[in-house]
Amino acid sequence: MAKHIIGTVDEIPPGERKLVTLEGREIGIFNIRGEFYALRNRCPHQGGALCKGRVSGFVTAKVPGEYEYTRKGEILRCPWHGWEYDIKTGQSWVDPASVRVRSYEVEVAPGTKIEGAEDMAGLMKGPYVAETYPVTVEKTYLLVEI
Amino acid sequence: MAETRMAEVETRRKTAVIDCDVHVTMKSGDVWFRYLPKAWHEYHRTIGGYGRMGSAYPRAVPHAARHDAWPPSGPPGSNLAFLRAQLLDEWEMDYGILTPLIGVGGQQNLAYAAAMGRAVNDWQADAWLRREPRLRGSVVVPYEDSDLAAAEIDRVGDHPGFVQVLLMVRTMEPLGRRKYWKIYEAAVRNGLPIAIHFGGTGAGPITGAGKPSHYIEDHGGMPAAFQAQVTSLVYEGVFGQFPDLKVVLIEGGFAWMPALMWRLDRCYRQLKMELPHLKRLPSDYIRAHFWISTQPMEEPPQREYFFEMMDHLDMNDRLMFATDYPHWDFDAPDVALPSGMDKAVRRDILAENARALYKLA
Repeated sequence: MAKHIIGTVDEIPPGERKLVTLEGREIGIFNIRGEFYALRNRCPHQGGALCKGRVSGFVTAKVPGEYEYTRKGEILRCPWHGWEYDIKTGQSWVDPASVRVRSYEVEVAPGTKIEGAEDMAGLMKGPYVAETYPVTVEKTYLLVEI
Repeated sequence: MAETRMAEVETRRKTAVIDCDVHVTMKSGDVWFRYLPKAWHEYHRTIGGYGRMGSAYPRAVPHAARHDAWPPSGPPGSNLAFLRAQLLDEWEMDYGILTPLIGVGGQQNLAYAAAMGRAVNDWQADAWLRREPRLRGSVVVPYEDSDLAAAEIDRVGDHPGFVQVLLMVRTMEPLGRRKYWKIYEAAVRNGLPIAIHFGGTGAGPITGAGKPSHYIEDHGGMPAAFQAQVTSLVYEGVFGQFPDLKVVLIEGGFAWMPALMWRLDRCYRQLKMELPHLKRLPSDYIRAHFWISTQPMEEPPQREYFFEMMDHLDMNDRLMFATDYPHWDFDAPDVALPSGMDKAVRRDILAENARALYKLA
C-alpha cells in the first residue's frame, strides 16, 4: 500500500476526470461537485476502458412510461456496452449483486499537510507513472492509496 | 485468484484471432463520387438514397458505436490507421472480415442500388483491401433483384479480397423464396459463402406480431428474423438445389439454434408431405450448410449452461468469433468466450473455423 500524489485539486474541475497509471493500474479520478472519487479503468464485464465512458445520471421508473432522471453526473457508463456504475462506490447498477468495479479513496491534502512529501514525490518516479509532481506548500493535492 | 485470471487472459491473447464482423464506413459523403459510375452522380446529388435503409428505431448511441471508437475525424470505422491500432493491432488479429452496412439492399430504386453496390465494393477494394493485407471484404449486392445482385457477384467474384456475399437479415421476402435463388447460384459459381447480417428493414415489422415500442425490442428481437431465414432456406429446399451453398449468420446469436432445430425436425416429421423435396432432416441441412458468428455472445447466468447449449448445438466447427467493431455491443476476443472452454474449441472458434471457411492462410 502506498499513497500516490496524482495531481492538484484545480487540475480536475467539477464534472471532469483524469486518468493516471499507478503501479501498473489505470485509475480514473472523478470530481463530482467538489468531491473526488477514484475507480479502476477496467469494466468487470469485458474489460472496456470504463473511465473513458460517459458520465450520466440514472433513469428510474415506478410504472412503464414514466422516466425519472436522478443522480445526474454520478453514474459512469462503460464506452463499450453501456454498463452503469456508481462513481462514488464502484457499484454496478446492471448487476448490483455480483458486479463492482474497484474503487479507491481519494484524499485531499494541502502541501503543508503531506507528511514526507519529498519521499512520496520520489515514489512517483517509478516506471509506470506517466507524470510526476514537485510538491509545494502553496497547492492542494489529490492522493490515492493503492 | 486475480493472478490466475490474468494468466488465463494472457494465454488467450496468444491464441490467433480472426474477426468475422468488422464495420467500415465512408469518411464523408464525398467519397461516393470517387466510386459511383459518372451516370449516377447527378442522381446521387439531387435524389440519393431512399427506401428501407436500416432500423426504424434510434440507436442507443451515435452511429451505434463504442464511445472510444471515434477517430480524430470522420465517423467510427472510417479511418484505416485508427482501426488498425484499435482493433487489428490491439488484439493481434490475423484477419478482419469487413461487413459494410451501407443500406444498398434496402434501396427502393433497384438500378441505383446496383450502382451503389458497385461503388461500395470498389471502395472496399481500393480504400481497405489494397491497403491492409489483414482485411477481407464482403460483396455488397442489391439483393432484392437477383439478376442485378448476381451480376455484381460475377463482376467482383474473382477478386481475391472478397470472401463472401453480404445480405441483411430483414428482407422483403424470406430468403428461401425463388426470387433470391440466382444470388445463391452466383455465389456458388464464384465459390463464395452467403453471409446474412443483423439489420436491414424488410417488408414487415421486426416481430410476427406487429411493431414494438423500443429500440431494445428491435435489437433484442432480431434473432426472430434469423430464425425466419433459417427456416425458409431449409424448408424451401435451397440446399437441395445448391448443395455447395454455405451460409454464414452474423450477429444473430446462436443459443436459439438448438431449439429451432428440434422444432423444425419435429414439424418436418409431421408435415413432410408438404415438402417432398427435402431428403434429410432440417437439422442435418443446418449442420451441413450453416456457419454462425459469436457476437453478441449469449451470457447465461451459469457458465455451464453455455457449454450445455454448445453440446445441444453440436456445431463447434461452425462457430466463428466476431467483435462487431466499432459498434457498441463489441465483444472482446480475450474475454467474450466463457472461461473454462476446451482449448481446442476456443482456438477453432477464435480463428480456425473462419480460416477454413474463408480459405485464409
